[in-house]
Amino acid sequence: MTLLIKNGHVKDPCSKLDKKLDILIKNNKIAEIKEKIEGEDHQIVDASGMIITPGLIDMHVHLRDPGQEHKETIETGSKAAAAGGFTSIACMPNTFPVNDNSGVTKYIISKAKKSASVNIFPIAALSMGQKGELLTEMADLIDSGAIAFSDDGMPVSNSQLMRRGLEYAKRVGTLIIDHCEDLDLSSNGVMNEGHYSYLLGLQGIPDYSEDVMVARNIILAEKINAPIHLAHISTQGSVELIKSAKNKGIPITSEVTPHHLFLDDSLLTSYSTDLKVNPPIRTKQDNQSLIKAVKQGIIDVFATDHAPHSPDEKNVEFNEAPFGINGLETAVSLILDNLVNKKIISLNRLVEMFSCNPAKILGLDSKGKIKIGADADLTIIDTEKKITVDVKKFQSKSQNNPFHNWKLKGAPVMTIVSGKVVYPSLKKPYSPKK
Amino acid sequence: MSFNKKHLLGIQHLTKSEILTILNTAESLKEISRREVKKVPALRGKTIINLFFEPSTRTRSSFELAAKRLSADISSFSKTTSSTVKGETLKDTVLNLEAMQTDAIIIRHSASGTPHFLSTFCQSHIINAGDGTHEHPTQALLDAFTIKEEKKRLKGLKVVIVGDILHSRVARSNVFLLNKMGAKVVLVGPPGLVPLEMAHLGAKIDHNMDRAVKNADVIMMLRIQLERQQKNYFPSIREYRHLYSLTPKRFETAHKNAIIMHPGPINRDVEISTQLADSIKSVILKQVENGIAVRMAVLYLLLGGKERDFTD
Repeated sequence: MTLLIKNGHVKDPCSKLDKKLDILIKNNKIAEIKEKIEGEDHQIVDASGMIITPGLIDMHVHLRDPGQEHKETIETGSKAAAAGGFTSIACMPNTFPVNDNSGVTKYIISKAKKSASVNIFPIAALSMGQKGELLTEMADLIDSGAIAFSDDGMPVSNSQLMRRGLEYAKRVGTLIIDHCEDLDLSSNGVMNEGHYSYLLGLQGIPDYSEDVMVARNIILAEKINAPIHLAHISTQGSVELIKSAKNKGIPITSEVTPHHLFLDDSLLTSYSTDLKVNPPIRTKQDNQSLIKAVKQGIIDVFATDHAPHSPDEKNVEFNEAPFGINGLETAVSLILDNLVNKKIISLNRLVEMFSCNPAKILGLDSKGKIKIGADADLTIIDTEKKITVDVKKFQSKSQNNPFHNWKLKGAPVMTIVSGKVVYPSLKKPYSPKK
Repeated sequence: MSFNKKHLLGIQHLTKSEILTILNTAESLKEISRREVKKVPALRGKTIINLFFEPSTRTRSSFELAAKRLSADISSFSKTTSSTVKGETLKDTVLNLEAMQTDAIIIRHSASGTPHFLSTFCQSHIINAGDGTHEHPTQALLDAFTIKEEKKRLKGLKVVIVGDILHSRVARSNVFLLNKMGAKVVLVGPPGLVPLEMAHLGAKIDHNMDRAVKNADVIMMLRIQLERQQKNYFPSIREYRHLYSLTPKRFETAHKNAIIMHPGPINRDVEISTQLADSIKSVILKQVENGIAVRMAVLYLLLGGKERDFTD
């Protein structure tokens, strides 16, 4: 089975490609990249006027499977990923049961093989049951397919556990991802602490609840010289700490979500539970600081922290609603419209942050680049396409997304995983323009 | 008189003229409660549900009596636990009650924003009787009514509110209202319970009560809860009393005609000395009486006889 993608503009900063090229895919790998590839017997995708990027990777997704299949399943979550332009996603371990043993990891991988539209990489728990007490069997989990370790959703409060985890992760050659939050400072808060939490009478989560844990993690990463990836950074304080850590050469990487870049806490005056997320939507000043950090290369990755919840769970009093935003199907358009179209970042920077960098951080050597021999994971983007976000049309099982009705320019239009078009689902093979 | 809001969710979204309309209406309704037959037919045939998810004596009875004195049918419904605990969501509970053809729902709930949430799916008028640590609009209205009665004005008065401001819906609603009416509000308490950033709500912040009460026209004391001590907002009730209790000595430095208010329930000799609570300077029981008039006014204006266009 061969697939020929013709006339698209290939953008891959990792392989330094930035021009109109044809790509031929054979046996799930990229076989040829040339200005003109001819051939009658290939299935052909005409990508005239489109941008072709290495397949986008979302390294922070909650698939809810096993255990909360009413919110999302591996099948629906991966369909949402494909529709959002992602060819690979890494899924967090806070399932029921927690992914803290090879049995759960193997279940995820085998279910993904049967039903997933995109590549699924399980992130295993750092501690048993995510309780922050005992380390999981990291080597065994890696052998079963775990790609990294995190207690995401639950911060690692115990610094000794984090230290031992880092030492061991270094030995087995893996990465720890931390959700940075001091739970005592957060103190059951439900939104960002500040003017709007005081106005609305909602318990606040101070920005420094994140900053102090970012600082701790930087210190541990430096002392142990083991990498830590900081999940969903949301504050100006974190940005400043990461900047100085990177300047010192400490092995710290980080990610930011579209909702932390483009939403601010003044929106909470609606009491809309779709805006309830952890870390919380911060201030306009934090938005600006995060955007600047994206631009300057301080933050490495765009991730969604896709956290689906059913409408019934969100349609309750603000305090009762679960935290989380459903983000897979809006992330790429949000970055294109708000950062690329406004010339704040280049399309190359988008590709770096959505593909090259997460591939490097997760050690996915054959992904995140368009190169002969690399996996044939590609995303085709139409930078001119105008869309209106409609949560009712989501592939995801849930609709908890605060960008409903936003009008955006630029969208992923085709997702190719291992040489197979997974989005849109095709009724008949694509043929070249007549 | 213009009043065309559909709901009373908070003071924050009321205009100065809407506040005055409520206060003036309350003034004309107040004497009904002093009549021998304390009842007028203004809201005959209207059905009101008093939905209380938190314990309350004052506010609940006050709304009940206000509705009855206007001849509305009112049914009170208390649930001390969250409905989600029992398996029925709040939305389902309210939709079930509404199916009984209610005209208004008065709601008290421990979660901030709950009246707002109800207003997104209810047909009835929603009246906020206190939501979490957000707003308690009828309390602020009755406080303003009482201050106006005593002082003949609101504008220019120095109103000092002392206590657990952070968790107080009474304080928030009062700040919004008094600010709109031109009074100067000072919020006082330990730093953790009176964050400096609350100044943006429209008040001065002072963590020193001795300094703050000087020349005050109105001193409003709030109940302090033991639970706050357990969270280290202050070291002990003993120490709290030392710095933030209204004592005769502190009260002496206020304006000579200053009045003392408290939304109740009071902790005698904790936030206020029993001597002052019972003194002639205290208007605490007048606040309670005025609560009925103000709630009658709110019900009357929202549910009143003729149909009108609603702006929200």
